[in-house]
Parts: sequence; structure tokens; C-alpha cells
Amino acid sequence: MNYPEKYRYTKEHEWVALEDGIATIGITHHAQSELGDIVYVDLPKPGASVEKGKTFGSVESVKAVSDIYAPVGGEVTEANDLLATKPEKLNEDPHGAAWLIRVRASNPEEFPHLMDAAEYQTYVGAES
Amino acid sequence: MVDFGGWDMPVQYTGIVDEHNTVRTAVGLFDVSHMGEIEIRGPEALKLVDYVSTNAASRLAVGQAHYSGLLYEHGGFVDDILVHKVAADSYFLCVNASNQEKDFEHIRAHNKFDCEVDFASPRYAQIAIQGPKALEVLSRLTSIDLAAIRYYWFVDGVVSGFNVRVARTGYTGEDGFEIYVTPGQAVNLWGQLIEAGAPFGIKPCGLGARNTLRLEAAMSLYGHEIGASITPFDAGLGWIVKMDKGDFIGRDALVKQKEKGRTRALAGFEMKGRGIARDGYEVFPDGFNAGWVTSGSPAPTLGKNIGLCFLPADRAKVGEKIGILIRNQTVEAEIAPTPFYRRPK
Repeated sequence: MNYPEKYRYTKEHEWVALEDGIATIGITHHAQSELGDIVYVDLPKPGASVEKGKTFGSVESVKAVSDIYAPVGGEVTEANDLLATKPEKLNEDPHGAAWLIRVRASNPEEFPHLMDAAEYQTYVGAES
Repeated sequence: MVDFGGWDMPVQYTGIVDEHNTVRTAVGLFDVSHMGEIEIRGPEALKLVDYVSTNAASRLAVGQAHYSGLLYEHGGFVDDILVHKVAADSYFLCVNASNQEKDFEHIRAHNKFDCEVDFASPRYAQIAIQGPKALEVLSRLTSIDLAAIRYYWFVDGVVSGFNVRVARTGYTGEDGFEIYVTPGQAVNLWGQLIEAGAPFGIKPCGLGARNTLRLEAAMSLYGHEIGASITPFDAGLGWIVKMDKGDFIGRDALVKQKEKGRTRALAGFEMKGRGIARDGYEVFPDGFNAGWVTSGSPAPTLGKNIGLCFLPADRAKVGEKIGILIRNQTVEAEIAPTPFYRRPK
């Protein structure tokens, strides 16, 4: 699997892309593959605040429900409406169309401290 | 891969929903070699089987099998099992993987009939071929007249040159067979079944699909719907208890329960609100906690979220509204008839 170079990754299998102070957050290909067929995605509404390292939503597959943790903190500016009606998109395009939320990052300096694509690749390689 | 009672088993190969649908519409292959086998032999084998299990083994013909329970004296389940009558003096039990040692000790401890109780699990692997195309696929590898094997009957014969036991049983709600084979031949047989099934779209299936399929068919899973603190009557399995057959372990407790009436019952439910009730979630029939979910999952064939739960017996009526606590929110569900899915005849 190709993990986008410009994203950063967490040990809990979220990715985050930062652009002009807005962080787009999703879950990785590895995460969706481990979860299997995704049937529900619960996300916070715009205006809610998320805290780095704390859970902000959940992804539920046929076999289990899994919390999602915020790679960076801040205020939610957008939640991906697509996933309310088409949760299966998360299996198909986890690094693209099926992003989860956008956050106005309160501390963009946190970004470089996350794993880069190569480190994450090694991390999931070692885990599986 | 997950650790399942000490066995490394795949939850899914191509995906739970894909595997599930393949079994409903075509054919799927399950490696269920983890299941345990116990053989009981001797002139009084029938007496021992009838004494340790709830169903009436005396009603079985040679070549016939049935579902039954091993109970403790207090009426709770040691395990749920399949009993196959191999010969007048020989019975073959298929038991749950995680319970096999316990079952074996339990039967042996009650062996007052001088039978040979044989822990046979190491001698058997098991492959289940399930789905509307199962018969057609399997028939390509054997001269056994599979169509002549009735539901819950079995034959010993040759498949792909191997001596196996073929039973028309399963845990999916579909037609199909469970094949008991020597472990050394199982990998080869698996490969031949996959090859023979390729034109029919056969797929290997994991534990995940096995669970969603059996749940749609409302079949019990040990540790969920049944267990040491649950009696057959609680679990709606009164049909596997034959009170008139004479004494058996747990009978006295069941007689008492029958007199008093059961206080709780297993019931099926459909989610009405958004959410999936998972195993162990609390059930609120009247706004207070009075039950628990034993199994819950999306039902791929039905396109609904379903489950089984225990609740007070007087509330286990189809159409009753209940609440289920899903991550701190009470979500509405409704008691539904079971099985949720019945295969078209």
C-alpha cells in the first residue's frame, strides 16, 4: 500500500494532512483493512473541539467498533457528510474521499512529531 | 488472524460481508478443524450418551445425528454438541473447541457404564462446505450419493480418495456438509474443494462470516447464548431436552425449573434506532436494566442490525419494544421472530 508522503500518521492508525492551519484527519488503509466492512461512522459536528490523543468519534464494522483518536487538537470545521450515507467509502478510499473531519489546528507544531509515511509503513509492517 | 481457544484462525479472508453473501448465494468453505471430537464405544454406549446428554440418543438410527446438550447437575450447559450414531455400540460427538477437554472429563467422570470414552480430536480435522452449491461442488469429488443424505444424517465414504465422514449438517442456515478428515489429508482436501468449487465461485470463509451466518439463522453459540448458568429452557432449546427418556444429568434441575416456570428467555431483536448492539450490552425492557445482549451484529442478508438477548420471560414477545444501551445511549429495538433468516426451500 502507498501511504501518501505528505500525510503524517499515528500509532492508532489515523492520518493527518495539514494545509494552511487546517488539519484533515482520516484513518489509514491498514486501519480499514483490519476493521473490515465498515457500516457506521460517528463524527463530531462542526464547532466541537477535539483534543490531541483523545477519542473524537468511532468507526464501526461488521465485527467491531473502534474509537478514533485525534492526531492534533483544535476546533472541528467540517465533518465528512459522505460517510453518514456511504460508510463503505471508508473501505474504498480511506486516504482520499473518505476523510473524516477537518480541524483548525490549535497547535500545528504537533504535526512534525507524528510518523511520516516511511515510518508508518515500517510500523504497520512490523505489526502485521 | 486471531487466537480462538488456542487456535490461530482467520476472522476473514475476502471480507465478512463478501464471504457471508457467497455462502447465501453460492458456496463457502470453512476450516473448522478446531472443533473437538469425542468417541464413545461399548455395549452400553447408548446408556452413557443418554445419561450425559439431553436429547434422546435412543431415537437415532445408525447414520443419523442430532443436536444435544451436556448439562451440569444444576441444569446449566457444559457444552452444546452434535451426537452421531455410528453403530449400535458407537457414538461420535462433535463438541466446541474451547470445551473439549472439559467435555471429555465430564463424560468420563459419569462413565458408570464401562464405556470407552476416547478423546478423538487429534485424529480429526473438519472442513465445512456450505451454501446452495455445496452439494454440486462436493459431488465432483466423490461417488457418494450426496443427495440421498438427509439433513442431519451422515455417511462414511471416500472423497478425493480419502476416507472421510460426510454429515449433512452446518452452522450457517444453508444446505451443506461437514467433512471429518484425517489432519494429514485436510490441506490436500481443502485445496481440491477450492479447485472443484472455482466454477461456482467458492470462497474460503472465516470466523466472522461463520458468526453472522449462524446469527441470522439464530443458532446458539456457546459462551454467548448458552453457558454454565443458562439452561436449555432459558435458551429456548427445550426441543433438545427429552424429559421422558429416563434419568440424565441435569434432569432434576430442569424438572424444578419446569414446575416454577422460567424467569428469563432468549429472544431475537431488530434494531430500530441507529446502532449495533454488541455482545454484553445492557437491555432495558422497561427503563431499567433487566437483560443483556448475547450476540449482535449487522445481518448482511437482511440489511438490518439484529441480535439475541436475554430478558424477563414475560417481555420476550414479538413486537415488544426494548432499549439497548449502546455507548451510553439507549437505542430502541424490537423483539423479532427467530430465525431471522430461513433458506428458500
